[in-house]
Amino acid sequence: MLVYLIRRIGQSLLVVAVMATLVFLAMYAVGDPVDILASPDADEFERRAIAQRLGLDRPLWEQFGIFVWNALHGDLGRSFVYNVPAVDVILQRLPATLELALAGLVFSILIGIPLGVLAGLKPNSLIGRSVMSGSILGFSLPNFWIGLMLILLFAVELRWLPAGGRGPTTSVLGLHFALFTWDGLKHLLLPALTLALYKSALVIRIAQAGTREVMLQDYIRFARAKGLSSRRIVLVHVLKNILIPVVTVLGLELGSMIAFAVVTETVFAYPGMGKLLIDSINRLDRPIIVAYLMLTVVIFVIINLIVDLLYAAIDPRVRLSEAKG
Amino acid sequence: MSAEASSLPSPQGRGTQGGRAMTPILSVRDLVVTFAIREGVVTAVNGVSFDVHRGEVLGLVGESGSGKSVTGLAILGLVDAPGRIEAGSIRLEGEELIGKPERELRRLRGKRLAMIFQDPMTTLNPVLRIDTQMIEAIRAHENVSEKAARDRARQALLKVGIPSPEERLTAYPHQFSGGMRQRVAIATALLHRPAVLVADEPTTALDVTIQAQILAEVQELAAESGTAMVWITHDLSVIAGLADRIAVMYAGRIVETGAVADVLERPIHPYTAGLIGSVPSRNKRGVPLAQIPGMTPSLAKVPPACPFNPRCPRASVTCRTIMPEPTPYDGARMARCHHPLIEQAPAAA
Amino acid sequence: MADYGQIDSVTIAPELPARAPEPVAERGESLFARHVSEFMRAPGAVGGLVVLVALVLTAVFAPWIAPQNPYDLSQLDIMDNVLKPGEKLGSGITAWLGTDDQGRDMLSAIIYGLRISLAVGASSVLIACAIGASIGVLAAYAGGRVESVVMRIVDLQLSFPAILVALVLLAVFGRGVDKVVLALVIVQWAYYARTVRGSALVEKRREYIEAARCLALPKPRVVFRHLLPNCLPPLIVVATVQVGHAIALESTLSFLGVGVPVTEPSLGMLIAHGYNYLLSGKYWISTFPGVALVIAIVAINLVGDRLRDVLNPRLAR
Repeated sequence: MLVYLIRRIGQSLLVVAVMATLVFLAMYAVGDPVDILASPDADEFERRAIAQRLGLDRPLWEQFGIFVWNALHGDLGRSFVYNVPAVDVILQRLPATLELALAGLVFSILIGIPLGVLAGLKPNSLIGRSVMSGSILGFSLPNFWIGLMLILLFAVELRWLPAGGRGPTTSVLGLHFALFTWDGLKHLLLPALTLALYKSALVIRIAQAGTREVMLQDYIRFARAKGLSSRRIVLVHVLKNILIPVVTVLGLELGSMIAFAVVTETVFAYPGMGKLLIDSINRLDRPIIVAYLMLTVVIFVIINLIVDLLYAAIDPRVRLSEAKG
Repeated sequence: MSAEASSLPSPQGRGTQGGRAMTPILSVRDLVVTFAIREGVVTAVNGVSFDVHRGEVLGLVGESGSGKSVTGLAILGLVDAPGRIEAGSIRLEGEELIGKPERELRRLRGKRLAMIFQDPMTTLNPVLRIDTQMIEAIRAHENVSEKAARDRARQALLKVGIPSPEERLTAYPHQFSGGMRQRVAIATALLHRPAVLVADEPTTALDVTIQAQILAEVQELAAESGTAMVWITHDLSVIAGLADRIAVMYAGRIVETGAVADVLERPIHPYTAGLIGSVPSRNKRGVPLAQIPGMTPSLAKVPPACPFNPRCPRASVTCRTIMPEPTPYDGARMARCHHPLIEQAPAAA
Repeated sequence: MADYGQIDSVTIAPELPARAPEPVAERGESLFARHVSEFMRAPGAVGGLVVLVALVLTAVFAPWIAPQNPYDLSQLDIMDNVLKPGEKLGSGITAWLGTDDQGRDMLSAIIYGLRISLAVGASSVLIACAIGASIGVLAAYAGGRVESVVMRIVDLQLSFPAILVALVLLAVFGRGVDKVVLALVIVQWAYYARTVRGSALVEKRREYIEAARCLALPKPRVVFRHLLPNCLPPLIVVATVQVGHAIALESTLSFLGVGVPVTEPSLGMLIAHGYNYLLSGKYWISTFPGVALVIAIVAINLVGDRLRDVLNPRLAR
């Protein structure tokens, strides 16, 4: 198990290194940051001074070395716009995005598993077919437009929920969360729902396929022959089996939820990292973009790692084979 | 041994013939099960009738596709769509099961009626521990504490010969061998001392040595709790040592029934004779094994009249045009054949 | 969704699994005809196909169909701005879907926008498909280190969400229709490489490839004339569905402001444009382009889903 763990961590570090190189090449080798930093009427001397200050006059490999060295010390540059370390700007926005992504994850489970199991239990019924058709829609519809339509319905027409922004936050352990106030929850509802749409379609598909497969198994027959209620069969025997693929996929998808939050946050003017990324792209605030990307890569890699370990914990068969191997 | 001529909807009085007057614990009459598939409606079980008495073992024999497994499932009310119990009656201790609401059926399943399945590798849920799966079976029917249920589960495991049951309870199915898993399934099925246990080829997937052990254990346990068994198999050698009576199924119908010794020694139906002939045995060493020519008919196109006629060495024009009716024979036997292997006159119907 | 190789067996891939299509030699006209009739048996898919063809024709013939040319400034009148659906423009044309803030007829804008959305979607898929399929089939044929390196890259790329990769690429490239297409090609090629490699691995072991090798045919010929054509069915399915995804992705990028330029507005751009008016209840500027987008994507998905059933014998029972 320890060998496995070490190997997995090694792989993860390799991925981070590869991505760091790519991000570096994309952000530092393409385009000239001096263009953005220097005022348009700066002369050659001023431009060279800026380049020197940023270390841009050195050879590429040396710049890369400096980038890596600084990155290892948690320094990914200073924001051109805010003039504070980029990592600080990102981290300040991180709780909002995490809150959104987690709420989205919860929604997709709450929507996806019951509907998916239902559709799996009655695959040929009207309701089963409707759920599956609906899931195709959830997959293919452009997320941002759904968000706009939700705003139109619930904020503009019905006036039940706010159209955007983040509600009042309370400080918990030094981080600011909106989760604990009613108003904060109201602000979170629509964005989280929008974000959850795609994932719930995914969960529905996995849960439906899983349920259909599990229901045909002999152990379900045996469970029924034991006289168990269908409630217990579905809630324990079926659910526990389909949880394995659902957890695996959802775990992997948590990362992509953070990525998708870019769109949702823009639609709902929600002040998270995603909106910050779009703003930074528009303002050419490259250190922020780099910091965002590096942070996202790290989050992805960590999530992959956790899911692997979690998976081993849920499925007794994996646990055993890993322990042996 | 029961004298009730199986599969005959006979008047009650004849039951006394063999000296046992009690009503059968399980009585199946004219059971018809159909499956609506794409090609049309297929009749998997077509007018099956038999009785099982307390403590008795009925061997239900046939090739795959003969409808024997579906019959077993029908007894527990576990025939799923697209399958449907079309007609007939299944009585457990005199109580009609067909048409009973699912709620009430569920109360009987596991309690009075139990079933074990062919493949021990798949009958236990791989992601639930053994204790969970046994305790839930107890608590589905009795309002006992978790701890009491656990004690009972442990004793049940001990009874089927599983060493250090306390440790094994917290294990997962994949940590057990096939034979062990089947023992767990048997222990689970017998937790409530059911009146009837339907065993659907539970030893087929096991090694021969384990098979023998498990057969012996099941027999002992069933005798102890007075459980009657319907033992479904295609293996006549299993039936020979286990069953009291035998019912041979072919293409959804029972073609012959009788006491095990009678049927195996003097089969009436050519199909039964064919089955017996294809079992390897000591006294026929060196002689090539007999085979029944042809294949089990697909249920979608069962041959007209006697379904066995295309494979039968004795088939005549009659067999291709008229369906043979169940005919009683001496010794409480029955067969459906125009050209029985026993020339003795049928008992008066 | 792929990861770095450890839990491949549990990853639920929505894409097609590797499968074994029949070799090309066995399929003739009759098989094609059978596929067509099989396809026609699903009314939903046929409806989707009809809608799709209609949309494509509308987009192609936009200048003759649209009531006005929304980008010919001489046809626009600022006095017509933000008209409700059904009101008449100064020029006498009825704006059935309303007008935007510059007095543009929304119906016309949508027809022209559809043109750009469909073109971007289709062309990016075609290019990505050609590149990805070539890489995939070559990787499968080459095997060994080459294959494992290529597949690692594919897995790595697919483990990051397409939207994020495209966003970063466009941040580097800047705006423009060609740049959007380029970005979409880069995020998509890996799907095709994976799909083709999966089926090529199966095909590679078949007798006809063995035979082609024994004949000492040149390698490129074996790969592209024998191996690749037999990997086409799953590729067609993935590509069809992917057109829908590409269109959705393009519209999202344009909505975020990193996609197509203002001068060539796609449907996503139109929606972004109407965003500012949405909150004041002027719903039509965002809603109708979105409806058009949704219709297009749903139609493509219906067709793609059916193709999957028809072309995949394992799923079709």
